Amino acid sequence: MILESLLVSAPEWAIRHASVLIPVVPLIMAPMLTLSPSRRLAWILSIAATAASFYFSLLALAIVQTEPGGVIEYWIGNWTAIGIEFRIDALNAMVLLIVSGMGFLAAVFAWPTLVAEIAKEKIALFLSAFLLCFAGLCGVAATGDAFNLFVFLEISSLATYLLVAMGASRDRRALPAAFDYLIMGTLGASFYIIGVGFLYAATGTLNMAELAAQLPALSGNRAVQVGFAFIIVGLGIKAAMWPLHQWLPNAYAFSPSFVTMFLAATATKVALYALIRWLFTIFQPDIGFEQAIFTWVLAPLAIAAMVICSFQAVFQTDVRRMLAYSSVAQVGYIILGISIGTAAGVSAGLLHLFNHALMKGALFMAVAGICLNYKGTTIRDFAGLGRSAPFTMSALAIAGLSLIGVPLTAGFMSKLQLGYALFDHGWWWAVLLVVFSSFLAVFYVGRLLQTIFFEAPVNPRKNRKEAPLLLLVPLWVLALANIFFGIDASFPVGLANDGAVAALGMEAFQ
Amino acid sequence: MWEFILERAGYWAIIGLMMIGLFIAFSAENLIKRLVGLSLFMTTICLFYVTLGKITGGTAPILLKEDMPYHDASHAAAQTDPQLVAAGGERVAELVYTYSNPLPHVLMLTAIVVGVATLSVGLALIVRIREAYGTIEADDVRAMDIETELAQEAEAEKDLREATA
Repeated sequence: MILESLLVSAPEWAIRHASVLIPVVPLIMAPMLTLSPSRRLAWILSIAATAASFYFSLLALAIVQTEPGGVIEYWIGNWTAIGIEFRIDALNAMVLLIVSGMGFLAAVFAWPTLVAEIAKEKIALFLSAFLLCFAGLCGVAATGDAFNLFVFLEISSLATYLLVAMGASRDRRALPAAFDYLIMGTLGASFYIIGVGFLYAATGTLNMAELAAQLPALSGNRAVQVGFAFIIVGLGIKAAMWPLHQWLPNAYAFSPSFVTMFLAATATKVALYALIRWLFTIFQPDIGFEQAIFTWVLAPLAIAAMVICSFQAVFQTDVRRMLAYSSVAQVGYIILGISIGTAAGVSAGLLHLFNHALMKGALFMAVAGICLNYKGTTIRDFAGLGRSAPFTMSALAIAGLSLIGVPLTAGFMSKLQLGYALFDHGWWWAVLLVVFSSFLAVFYVGRLLQTIFFEAPVNPRKNRKEAPLLLLVPLWVLALANIFFGIDASFPVGLANDGAVAALGMEAFQ
Repeated sequence: MWEFILERAGYWAIIGLMMIGLFIAFSAENLIKRLVGLSLFMTTICLFYVTLGKITGGTAPILLKEDMPYHDASHAAAQTDPQLVAAGGERVAELVYTYSNPLPHVLMLTAIVVGVATLSVGLALIVRIREAYGTIEADDVRAMDIETELAQEAEAEKDLREATA
């Protein structure tokens, strides 16, 4: 409904160039910000750039949903068939919507946390790095060229290292965390291009659609198999797939709170999208070796992530580190959905990807609000805050319940879908493990909520302080979205089903 | 057997260099050495791609005289030639010379830029680590981090005891 009216009202150029404008607008705006005379202007420009991206990705979604083929093909510079292609189908459109939507909310809420955590003269530069990161993530999700994906991945990663390191003004441990992330992230991207190199050697093309057309005939080729392995490991590092997640907890725990929120909601999601794209669109799952990878590599690793990282989360004392371990566990759920290899499984994985962006975004936003006023982020620092900051904390509670998967929240819906998909595939033991891991989530989220609402404040002199309004509005948008999509999940489920159909290249979804 | 190994000498060198780079990036304690390993690893990828682009007997990918269809005629004549237009503007005639594939080189230009950017961000981070910690040895940094963590823990314990007392 809204999408249709958007499509009608959009100018012709916007419809024609929507796919490429999503990453290009923030990419052009980023260097402009470094020249901006005032910090506030830089902030407003970054909101404008992310809002433009959000608008264009809504437009792209509308075009994909109304177009008969459901694909937008855009050749940069009109170099049809030999140039770089931007290719958007239902899967990209969904991921772009998540990334640009979360980027927009993050940009809106950025101001109070930036003023509190970043040196005055660096705010414009910081926002410029944020826009570069955002543009890179959108680019990864929009491009249809395997090498171009690497370039965008590195644009976003390089900006991310800077953003993480900016946490050094509060805690110097941000610097080694950023350095470790740099080493691991660069190795991941390098593995990815080694894999792309092998595939290029075997097929002579870098276009994803072209690769998808040529690869089934080459599935016995050793170079193709090696390339596949390199790409999966490389993207696995970027997506924080267990046990390649070691960079994540420190990077999330020590970076500025704004960065944590933005990265948690978008960065691993985009890498997971690329993984789905490679596993299902470019390599088809009916290739023999891929089924073996699903059953014997991805599924066990996903289950290990779910269980082990939930356990680790239970024993953390720092809230942000606890949520970071929980993020790795959630990536486990998503990869478990993918590793089923059926349309229902991919759809469940995508739905969880969407919902996880909502709940982690809300949780880290609430934590950022607390950081502003009370400094500490250990669980003890949260004691009794339910009374002094009721609005922030009740939003945190909603998102936390959604993380556990309590009925009537978004998290329940995606776990339900995942459970159905696992049952259909006959993996009932995996359902038990999902339930067990959710039970662990009850422990770590419950411990946090119990400290917040039922314990006396550590230091009673702390006065009543709510997070600023600029932070509360996006926070509550996300919290209410968590409830809304838990009651009426037709919108994200529709997106996820379309995305799964597009990923698997099927005609219709049963 | 020897032929199999020797005719892939370039690839063996690439594998060797790559593993050396990876090993240094993981095992070195000195942060600069880790970056050296990382950039060795990335440079080897460039070598790998460039090796892929080489075709036996191929020359540099610049069209030589015999392969240019209208080297004496004007450019406009080439565009109106019915044979070329029919093929969608693509050349259909066979080439006289063999040319190496230029695309991998172009890709590696981008990868080199990415590598330089990564290296400079990494070095900048090392400068900041040195300012903050006074050392660039990873194990020293780790030891200092653990100390900080223990100190924070002790302080929190003390606060808690004071609050309950």
